[in-house]
Amino acid sequence: MLAALLGCVALLLVASVGAIALADRRLATTAIYSVALTASVAGLLLALAALLAPAPVPATLALPIGLPWLGAHFRLDALSAFFLVVANLGGAAASLYGLGYGRHEEAPARVLPFFPAFLAAMNLVLVADDAFSFLFSWEFMSLTSWALVMAHHQRSGNATAGYLYLLMASFGTLALILAFGLLAGWSGAYDFAAIRTASPSALMGAAVLALALAGAGSKAGLVPLHVWLPLAHPAAPSHVSALMSGVMTKVAVYGFVRITFDLVGAPLWWWGALVALTGGITAVMGVLHALMEHDLKRLLAYHTVENIGIIFIGLGLALAFSANEMPAAAALALTAALFHVFNHSVFKSLLFFGAGAVLTATGERDMERLGGLIHRMPRTAFLFLVGSAAISALPPFNGFVSEWLTFQAILLSPALPQWLLKFLVPAIGALLALSAALAAACFVKAFGVTFLGRARSQVAREALETDRCSLGAMFTLAALCLVAGVLPAWFIDALAPVAQALTGSHLPERHGLDWLTIVPIAQSRSSYNGLLLFVLIAFAAALAAAAIHRFASDRVRRAPAWDCGFPDPSPATQYTAGSFSQPIRRVFGTVVFRAREEVEMPAPGATQSARLHVQLRDVLWDTLYVPAARAVALAADHLNAVQFLTIRAYLTLVFGALVALLAVLAIWQ
Amino acid sequence: MAIALALGVQLLQLALVLVLAPLLTGLVRKLKAHLVGRQGPPLLQPYRDLARLLRKEVVLAESASWLFRAAPYLIFATTWVAAALVPTFATGLVFGYAADVIAIVALLGAARFMLALAGLDVGTSFGGIGSSREMMIASLAEPAMLMVVFTLSLLAGSTQLSSIAAALQSPEVGLRVSLALALVALIMVALAENARIPVDNPATHLELTMVHEAMILEYSGRHLALIEAASYLKLLLYVSLIACVFFPWGLASAAQGGGAYLSAAVVYIAKLGAAGFALAVFETAIAKMRVFRVSDFLGAALMLGLLAALLLFVTQAT
Repeated sequence: MLAALLGCVALLLVASVGAIALADRRLATTAIYSVALTASVAGLLLALAALLAPAPVPATLALPIGLPWLGAHFRLDALSAFFLVVANLGGAAASLYGLGYGRHEEAPARVLPFFPAFLAAMNLVLVADDAFSFLFSWEFMSLTSWALVMAHHQRSGNATAGYLYLLMASFGTLALILAFGLLAGWSGAYDFAAIRTASPSALMGAAVLALALAGAGSKAGLVPLHVWLPLAHPAAPSHVSALMSGVMTKVAVYGFVRITFDLVGAPLWWWGALVALTGGITAVMGVLHALMEHDLKRLLAYHTVENIGIIFIGLGLALAFSANEMPAAAALALTAALFHVFNHSVFKSLLFFGAGAVLTATGERDMERLGGLIHRMPRTAFLFLVGSAAISALPPFNGFVSEWLTFQAILLSPALPQWLLKFLVPAIGALLALSAALAAACFVKAFGVTFLGRARSQVAREALETDRCSLGAMFTLAALCLVAGVLPAWFIDALAPVAQALTGSHLPERHGLDWLTIVPIAQSRSSYNGLLLFVLIAFAAALAAAAIHRFASDRVRRAPAWDCGFPDPSPATQYTAGSFSQPIRRVFGTVVFRAREEVEMPAPGATQSARLHVQLRDVLWDTLYVPAARAVALAADHLNAVQFLTIRAYLTLVFGALVALLAVLAIWQ
Repeated sequence: MAIALALGVQLLQLALVLVLAPLLTGLVRKLKAHLVGRQGPPLLQPYRDLARLLRKEVVLAESASWLFRAAPYLIFATTWVAAALVPTFATGLVFGYAADVIAIVALLGAARFMLALAGLDVGTSFGGIGSSREMMIASLAEPAMLMVVFTLSLLAGSTQLSSIAAALQSPEVGLRVSLALALVALIMVALAENARIPVDNPATHLELTMVHEAMILEYSGRHLALIEAASYLKLLLYVSLIACVFFPWGLASAAQGGGAYLSAAVVYIAKLGAAGFALAVFETAIAKMRVFRVSDFLGAALMLGLLAALLLFVTQAT
């Protein structure tokens, strides 16, 4: 099975080379995306088979490539299989979408070679079983995605986004190299099997945790390392944005889970506190940024930051429960986090596809110039609505189930013995609730301003529905959102082997429960049945509709809008994205963004219009990144002198460095 | 047999909440009018309003889409289902296990999501102002609500409403400061969620501070009837929730027979009357606040909820 998976990866790499050969031929788009679709579907089926196998045994494979003394090790266990399902599902959907969307691409030769390579790289990260192949695939993934971000490098802002992404990706990989270096220890045992058996000291473990949090966290978009994400993800073509937000961030989560739950050994309780608190802050910061954003794709990218925060809350709780020997609670928290990984990849891909459809139809990403698209693009609008409801954690969709499970894990925190955790976890619960409520507000804004109301520009007035392939990809994902929300028990059962392997326990299986109810701990404690809720709501709505149309009036008359008697025909009088988020900006923005509003009122009798100036500052950027950049520039200025030394001076420097390093080594040992 | 009885109770509850909800609203209106020295509309006026709205034709704005027409049915259905899952006179509802109190709050969130979208659909400034403010209020009310849930689940070890009611009925819980704080927080949230004074004014129709009424300004006929019915149901839901959790006396449990159900129903209606009276007195005594003071109001609710949870930790540890 592992060999077949690697075969899929090889097929993708061949497709990547083939894309270079085909160059700009008209056939290339269809051919490459078809191959990518085939390989992804095959990979998805293989991963599903591995995950759902009755008695999963990790498959391993060693290939004589890579470092001569190490080779390349690959391994397929439950954790890898689950993330492979997520990655290949996202990959398949993006390829299907690309079949339609790719035709509008102005420079396909800049996208086609990198797209399958990016998919291959993500698959490779998930099966890598030694530090070298892991880091190599990780870097390969970063570079291919960077190339895709730079596909439209002429557009303003994209070059900056690419540069920032490259910087942050290098930083993340540096942190991961150091983490693996610490894990491998003096002996340099870089294969994961050897790392697993070693047990690092508490200090070493803490250092590895911090490095993994920085390395994987910067790729996933944890605050404060998230700054590149909302710039880079939207800059790529939309199906690649979907892959980066929906899948690549999940690969980063995989890296974190692999290191902290599998490789480093037993966790300490405060790791959980650190990770969960970072997650909570990330969730709220992400959604607040998203609320202030008017660019549809960038708004979605900020929501990725939010959802990564929710996932890390679950992971942090799982670490805390694991450290306190509470396997059932740890399994609950981990299942919640992993289920959210799956859910987020599904609805975020769906939403980015929707944004891509809007982009091709109108050429606009700015919500303030859209509006009324529900009349022109009814199918896209409906599917985007499903995605919006799912990401806002509304029942009966899937986002609610995983957030509900996370809440159930949070409610178990009183059993934790540490006082810090007892006090911290309820506060994190409040942050989670806040982010869920703000996400709903944000998606009312995103959907309402883009699709509802009246068209704010000519392009929005003339938009046309998107092609069938794109609609097919979106429809599949929307159906999955509903199925995973209505029948979560199946998905939770599929996650049982992963939870069992990492925490030593898993959630109650659905066979012991009636009617596909999900029960995190015990029936008397809490339970949820999405199917029953869905049926009840459908029944109630149908009953109301039937009763009304049978017994009451069903006449309809079209008339101008009422608007309290003063309707204005100009679409400019509608609420905009900026005005929609104004109350929330007033409430939260003054602290988080140092938001300032100034009204410039012309003198009485003057004919020019009044103006409202809104100033938002990214406090993190100002306090963290600007000083860091300044320090680097300053250091570079001073080190510049070293570039113009004589050969003797250089030799002295080299000799001095050698002596110093040998001295360090001698003292250390 | 037991299943049939349980199912019967559940169906009875579905019908009961629908029948009683307009009565509660009518009662509050009548009492408020009396308190300010007016005669007020008849007690059954909400039923008549609904009946008349259902008979009238719908006037649909030209820019309205399918979402505008579908939303009332979904809003009504979700609110109705949520209201039917809160124990009113009997615990141990047969569908109760489908949704705990978090899911019930989320169902209301789904209804609000649809309503806010419907407010934006026609593309008028009033709809937008209502949606925008409603979502701002919700973004503060939901965390406060969750903190209350947290406190209750700490005490009862469950988020299932039947279990919470049973646990709070037992003598070992007793009177606690945390419960009082949670009650105050929950009442504040309920006022905000139901668009009552001091957060919003249910009686106003042309005011720049209105929230709920602004969102539904474009609705008419049967659509408006459904949305009005949903807001009556929501008020009943919150009253039932507060009664079930903080005043769980007189609730019939699943095992008891018909007589117990009857007396429990009488107790429940008495509780509704008391809650309606309290709400009318409160609304008459207090003034509506500015929109941007609402964040202070709900922030206080959130802090009270958090305080209640933390206080429980401290008292349980000693």
